[in-house]
Amino acid sequence: MEAIAYQGVTKKFNNSEVNSVDHVSATIAEGEFITILGSSGCGKTTLLKMTNRLYEPTEGKIILFGEDISTVDPIVVRRRMGYVIQQVGLFPHMTIEDNIAAIPKLSKWDKERINNRVTELLELIDLDPATYRKRYPSQLSGGQQQRVGLARALVTDPKIMLMDEPFGAIDAITRLNLQNELKKIHDEMKKTFLLVTHDINEAFKLGDRVMIMNAGRLLQFDTPRNIVQNPADEFVDTLIRSARDQEEFWEAVKI
Amino acid sequence: MIEYLRSHPDKIINPFIEHIELVLVTLVISVAIAVILTMLCVRFERLGFILLQLFSVIYSIPSLALFALLIPITGLGFKTAVIVLVFYNQYLLLRNFLVGIGEVDPAVTEAAKGIGMKPMQVLWKIQVPLARKALFAGIRLAVISTIGIGTIASSINAGGLGDLLFDGLRTMNTVKILWGSILSAGLAIGINALLKYISDRDSSQTGHEREP
Amino acid sequence: MWQKMCEYIADNYMKILLQVRDHLVISLLALAAAVIIGVPIGYLASKSAKGEKYLTVPFQMLRVVPSLAILVLLIPVMGTGIKPAMTALTVLAIPPILLNTVVGFREVPAFMVESASGIGMTDREVLKKVRIPMALPMILAGIRTGLVEIIASATLAAKIGAGGLGEIIFTGLGLNRPDLLLIGGILVALLSLGSGFLFDHIVGRALPYKNLKE
Repeated sequence: MEAIAYQGVTKKFNNSEVNSVDHVSATIAEGEFITILGSSGCGKTTLLKMTNRLYEPTEGKIILFGEDISTVDPIVVRRRMGYVIQQVGLFPHMTIEDNIAAIPKLSKWDKERINNRVTELLELIDLDPATYRKRYPSQLSGGQQQRVGLARALVTDPKIMLMDEPFGAIDAITRLNLQNELKKIHDEMKKTFLLVTHDINEAFKLGDRVMIMNAGRLLQFDTPRNIVQNPADEFVDTLIRSARDQEEFWEAVKI
Repeated sequence: MIEYLRSHPDKIINPFIEHIELVLVTLVISVAIAVILTMLCVRFERLGFILLQLFSVIYSIPSLALFALLIPITGLGFKTAVIVLVFYNQYLLLRNFLVGIGEVDPAVTEAAKGIGMKPMQVLWKIQVPLARKALFAGIRLAVISTIGIGTIASSINAGGLGDLLFDGLRTMNTVKILWGSILSAGLAIGINALLKYISDRDSSQTGHEREP
Repeated sequence: MWQKMCEYIADNYMKILLQVRDHLVISLLALAAAVIIGVPIGYLASKSAKGEKYLTVPFQMLRVVPSLAILVLLIPVMGTGIKPAMTALTVLAIPPILLNTVVGFREVPAFMVESASGIGMTDREVLKKVRIPMALPMILAGIRTGLVEIIASATLAAKIGAGGLGEIIFTGLGLNRPDLLLIGGILVALLSLGSGFLFDHIVGRALPYKNLKE
């Protein structure tokens, strides 16, 4: 089943001359881990934000599980999806528990169900529920905060998770751990993940398939192996070579 | 109103001049003391914390109460008014001075120390010029506060525009009340705008002002 | 001196208590009015850049006008008594509350609002659950400034016949009685410091996340 289908999706902002996202078409199957790679301003975040109707496309359609999202209330669309951003955006005035339970509380789940779900998610993200439940975001490290951000996004058990540079502000070692855990969570849950990043290593490591974007256009959308073996154009080629150069550097400093 | 100004010019101009005198005397003494305290606080960090706590307590005591408490010691008049106003200003000045200096990029002060400047040289050659917008904002707040509280000082015979307000109130003289209000409000708004303008013109620096 | 003060208090404690009560009642009513007016207008002003510009500039000007001028200026219009005093005190407290409300709402980071709508909150829910709570510390700081200013200026309001502890001080000034000056001065200082302290305590209780060790 197709989880997401982009059909000629285009976004032009009022204050801009060019299309920030330019006629992007792609289909994503349920359970895939898709990464969207590109430098800043390439339109990757805009594409992601149109997927949960934070932005509206100027042209084109986005279909989720066969349903055109422009016909669905944005709030309903968003509650069907998880959303994680680089700044995490945990609410500083709420405890970890209340952050994770924000939407369940608004949806009036009963207390026990909320409690169980919070415990379950804290265990999933490797934070001891007894210790962390009642803490406030400011008492957590950056990596821990992003784990909670992930738990908050997973709370309603959405079929699709949208992540915008979730590990962009996290130090290299913690980032590696979080990437591995995210991969593990994806493998266990078989949800559809969409992760935006500007880090080629992250994109190729996590993505079953990678969307490479530049200047609003989708240049190539394929598995990491196919992209490396058959880069679609010069831009993609340069991108891969720059990553190779780094690799050679690491090889060179090996004893 | 114009007629009253024509027939009794001294009754309006004198309080105005007295008021400016009160503000200027207070300002000079306040800034001098605040500069010395700031230098001490830069040297001894704990002192800054203690002084700010102390001055913030004094600052939140209403002026009429502070006047009342000082009269048995220093008597009525100009001197008592200046003492109280100087105490209030210490909170505004010291806080803005210390925050302003504290917000100078430590990398810059480290570099200054690194090339061999002494602490007082770092303060005067590096921190003060870089923080001048915040320092100036502190002075602006102090001037405005002094103009306002200065009107109340009239109740302890310190003269100034408060005389017009209190006299007008006692005799129910609308003209006096209006002159007193217009002049004191105009003075505060005008000086505030002027000082903001001067500070904005010198806008190449960053810095924050703290409203009380 | 000490003896004189004790005597006065012993003879007049009922009167003093009434003055404390008047002082507090006037102050709190004026504060409530200033909050009811200042917070909604501040919120509306924060919603558009234009509104912010046109609303904050006059209130910033009002903020620097000497409190005595505002208090006395109403006399020709409203006469003396509690009504003009309450009006003036309210007018005095509106600027800090309104301006802080504007800043409080404006400083809620855009990403916070985005992540709240991103997880599926409606605009109302974002306002209620995220924007208001996040603006609250700043709004409360404005209310605290307003409270301290009102209590100070309510002392002056005695001069326009509104009662309160200022009466003791003005009587002391009129009769040249240092004992009254000290009693009045100490009580007003205690009332001001005490209400500030109490306010901080209540806010500290209400916003536990604000005083955490990180």
